[in-house]
Amino acid sequence: MSIETDKTTPQHDVDVATPLESRIARKGQLPRWGTAAALAGAAVIIGGALAATGAFSIGLFVFLTVVLFAVGLYAISRAVEGGRKAADRVVTIVVTSAFLLALIPLISVVWTVLSNGVARFDAEFFSSSMRGVVGEGGGGYHAIMGTLIITALAAAMSIPVGLLTAVYLVEYGVGTRLARSITFFVDVMTGIPSIVAGLFAYALFALFAGPGVRLGFAGAVALSVLMIPVVVRATEEMLKIVPNELREAAFALGVPKWRTILKVVIPTSIAGIASGITLAIARVIGETAPLLIAVGITTGLNFNPFDGRQATLPVFAYYSYAAPGVPRDPYVDRAWTAALVLIVIVMVLNLAARLIARLFAPKNR
Amino acid sequence: MKTVRHASRARIAAMGLATSGALLLAGCGAANETAAPPASGAGGEAAASVSGTISGAGASSQQAAMEAWIAGFTAVSPDATINYDPSGSGAGRDQFTGGGVAFAGSDAALDEEELPLAQERCGGPDGVIELPVYISPIAVIYKLDGVAELNLAPATVAGIFNRQITTWNDPAIAADNPGVTLPATPITPVNRSDESGTTENFTEYLVAAAGPAWPHEADGAWPVQGGEAAQGTSGVVGAVGGGQGTIGYADASQAKGLGVAKIKVGSEFVAPTAEAAAAVVAASPRLEGRGANNFAIELARDTTEAGNYPIVLVSYAIACATYPDQATADLVKGFLGYVISEDGQQAAAGAAGSAPITAEQRAEYEPAVEAISASS
Amino acid sequence: MSTDTSPGPAPAKAPAPPSTRPVVQPGDRIFAGSATGAGILILVVLAGVAAFLLIEAAPAFVAPAADIPGGNGIVAYIWPLVFGTLLAAVIALLIATPLAVCVALFITHFAPRRIAQPLGYLIDLLAAVPSIVYGLWGVAVLAPASVELMTWLQDYLGWIPLFAGPVSATGRTMLVVGVTLAVMILPIITAVSREVFLQTPKLHEEAALALGATRWEMIKMAVLPFGRSGIISGAMLGLGRALGETMAVAIILSVSGAVTFNLISSGNPSTIAANIALQFPESTGIEVNTLIASGLVLFLITLAVNSLARFIINRRREFSGAN
Repeated sequence: MSIETDKTTPQHDVDVATPLESRIARKGQLPRWGTAAALAGAAVIIGGALAATGAFSIGLFVFLTVVLFAVGLYAISRAVEGGRKAADRVVTIVVTSAFLLALIPLISVVWTVLSNGVARFDAEFFSSSMRGVVGEGGGGYHAIMGTLIITALAAAMSIPVGLLTAVYLVEYGVGTRLARSITFFVDVMTGIPSIVAGLFAYALFALFAGPGVRLGFAGAVALSVLMIPVVVRATEEMLKIVPNELREAAFALGVPKWRTILKVVIPTSIAGIASGITLAIARVIGETAPLLIAVGITTGLNFNPFDGRQATLPVFAYYSYAAPGVPRDPYVDRAWTAALVLIVIVMVLNLAARLIARLFAPKNR
Repeated sequence: MKTVRHASRARIAAMGLATSGALLLAGCGAANETAAPPASGAGGEAAASVSGTISGAGASSQQAAMEAWIAGFTAVSPDATINYDPSGSGAGRDQFTGGGVAFAGSDAALDEEELPLAQERCGGPDGVIELPVYISPIAVIYKLDGVAELNLAPATVAGIFNRQITTWNDPAIAADNPGVTLPATPITPVNRSDESGTTENFTEYLVAAAGPAWPHEADGAWPVQGGEAAQGTSGVVGAVGGGQGTIGYADASQAKGLGVAKIKVGSEFVAPTAEAAAAVVAASPRLEGRGANNFAIELARDTTEAGNYPIVLVSYAIACATYPDQATADLVKGFLGYVISEDGQQAAAGAAGSAPITAEQRAEYEPAVEAISASS
Repeated sequence: MSTDTSPGPAPAKAPAPPSTRPVVQPGDRIFAGSATGAGILILVVLAGVAAFLLIEAAPAFVAPAADIPGGNGIVAYIWPLVFGTLLAAVIALLIATPLAVCVALFITHFAPRRIAQPLGYLIDLLAAVPSIVYGLWGVAVLAPASVELMTWLQDYLGWIPLFAGPVSATGRTMLVVGVTLAVMILPIITAVSREVFLQTPKLHEEAALALGATRWEMIKMAVLPFGRSGIISGAMLGLGRALGETMAVAIILSVSGAVTFNLISSGNPSTIAANIALQFPESTGIEVNTLIASGLVLFLITLAVNSLARFIINRRREFSGAN
């Protein structure tokens, strides 16, 4: 770890959100309403042109409007404010429209799940299993429990291992052969297809318990195989960007290294680490393929991950969708609701992670 | 760093935690599991109450019927738990021969490599029970606006799925549909993208009935390249329903809202009804040399018998005649007894749209199920 | 598991200069030991997975060509799958990475602070949507909606082999799979990039602005160089997910084994992971070995891709600004 003190600095207090451009621009400046006016102008021109040719479609309209807006604003801004400011404006348009473009499918996904899943998002879904249920009714309580238990087990195995490995990579093992190989193999591990992780966990447990074994714990092991590398990579990335000055300051005060890591390095990066861990949980909680193989499905409630099959939300949703009964609708409705519940669970976990991060983060303002 | 608006976000997070807490504390048992079991419904042979847990695995085609059977059986024997893992026929047979599950569901009978393994597991040449318990007609489904009824000869079906007949107004189709105005829409055949018992049964039928129009072998994986493919019955139904001029094959029970073609058998056109499917199974000869308790059949795909619908999926329940322990033997016996009972078959017909087995078949199977016992 | 506090191997020699060498305590040894142990555990698990893959795949590599599904040997079986896997993942990555960087920049540097945080949260949340949901969404919403666009592509850009057509009637094409995968990995790449952008030293940003840089110039000079390794890391995470995505591809894609760059017709090469999911349940014997062999190939592909990414990151280390 080479130390380049000129590149890293402690966190600073000045609010950079204050637009400095106003003080930079000396040449001339577009009025505040200029951007809005340009957008409106572009929309009118394109709308008129499309209406005139009779080829009006929303997608084409928006696309051409944005293009004309960007080109037009660039031209105007270049004339009035100069090339650098013009480039800045174009980038702003590009970034903003990329953001809006990215939101379209994401919102569409959420909306699809919401509108389809809300039909069965009722008390019965949260209090009933599928035991003895044919056709309408029933619920996903057993699958919710199974998902929570298996994911919690996977997290309990993966987070300590992943966190400690990342600490090793960044704090202890830098430059060693072991660290290099771990870094490399963690990369390899991110490439394990989820279904292969499931096959592996199944084969592993079949060694001890004979063929046909289905355990919640086997699913947790499969998920851990998928989760550990994500935790390691996210945490490693976050630990790396903790400024070295913080470590050196602690060492200079005589703080032992492990306390430095626990009290300075990790708290500094806890928000990022929590976000990374949430991502990792999110990555595995919706996994279908490995659980299909290693855990199977059951219609009843099973709280014990070390004994027999457990239902999980993704597998429940998958089978409800892929192998429905007659009539089909109640099964498909349950599949969508299971997906919706899964998203809600992740949302709650996410909030919890943020709360934890907030509680432990250093107060630096 | 970003520490603005602590309080508000902490509040949101606290709300989130409260929600999750409420979810966790919602109760420790599922509402429907703690309730007293309904006394009505299934009776019959399964009436003797048994307890314990057995697991089965296999064909996903049986999943809906199996749910109905499990629900019906556990209504009578509330202390029993039956699990069925619809992981696929191949996986089911593998796990059964390996001793992983007590029974298996399979879209195909055990093959010549698996049968000895299964006999070894079950202890003897007569040890393996194979019952054709789930009979489901496979419908040729299509979506073509303006064409409500469609008649197809076997060679025409083969030509369409082999991509030789490419438009709906082809003379081969028109010949069997006098008086129907067929558009010039191109035909998009949809097949299963996953290896499946449905595909295997469908191609078996084409091999047996279509003659030279179908040059491929029967296989669980679709042999013609370049067509539209979709996953599972749901996928095929979705793809056929989502297009125009599309045609596919799927369980007749899932064909709701789509056109269903009648297939030429002998000299008449037969719709995929439960009766027609059961009739062809009843008329099919039993496979010889597989043991006294083995009721695997050789389906009469090329039947010309009136009222028989030859494109059927026959799915087996595979079990042992003897089990090492009494509890498992009792459970399997009780469960299979319920499955082949009239109640059980009607329950499956209601939940999965399958064709109930005939009374003669039931009489044939019952002794084998009754004989299931513990080996010690 | 590895959080046990038994003293492991001695901590690795700290490479820092003597002036910053910290005090060493027993707690240090325990901590360093368990950290090392965790790393070694990962190697053990991976060795287990690799051993499993090799042992299970071996029969497929030595079996006579006629026994492999398709009858033409293992290479002929796996090659179209490799092609399909790479094609889908590359499309996804090409679409998702620029968008994700823009979204991350928007959240960290363009959006008003008041809405930036909720937006970041929303994106995190979307990373959690289970893949099967993306699959259902792709089939139910995206595929039908994209038929029109694909018809347009064929009409006007049909001279490019990518859009040669004929257009699939149901829209379940490689292009739609690529877009769905892009939507799927977008939140992942965004989340990682955003965290890294947020960690850009404020002093660098302020220095750039104080020197009269516009916002874009500041981003170009301070934020992007600092975040480069994070972006690549996020993209690799996303690529890993795209390469290994199973259920979404299995549900959406109309597969037929053809090796073609044509993105908008109904005959598409399958991907390795989707093929395993589709064929595994009904497979026995050598077919299972073949599928696991294809899994091994996927494993190796990801290995190669990740090694390449590491190489790029390491080569650019001097610009990364981290440590």
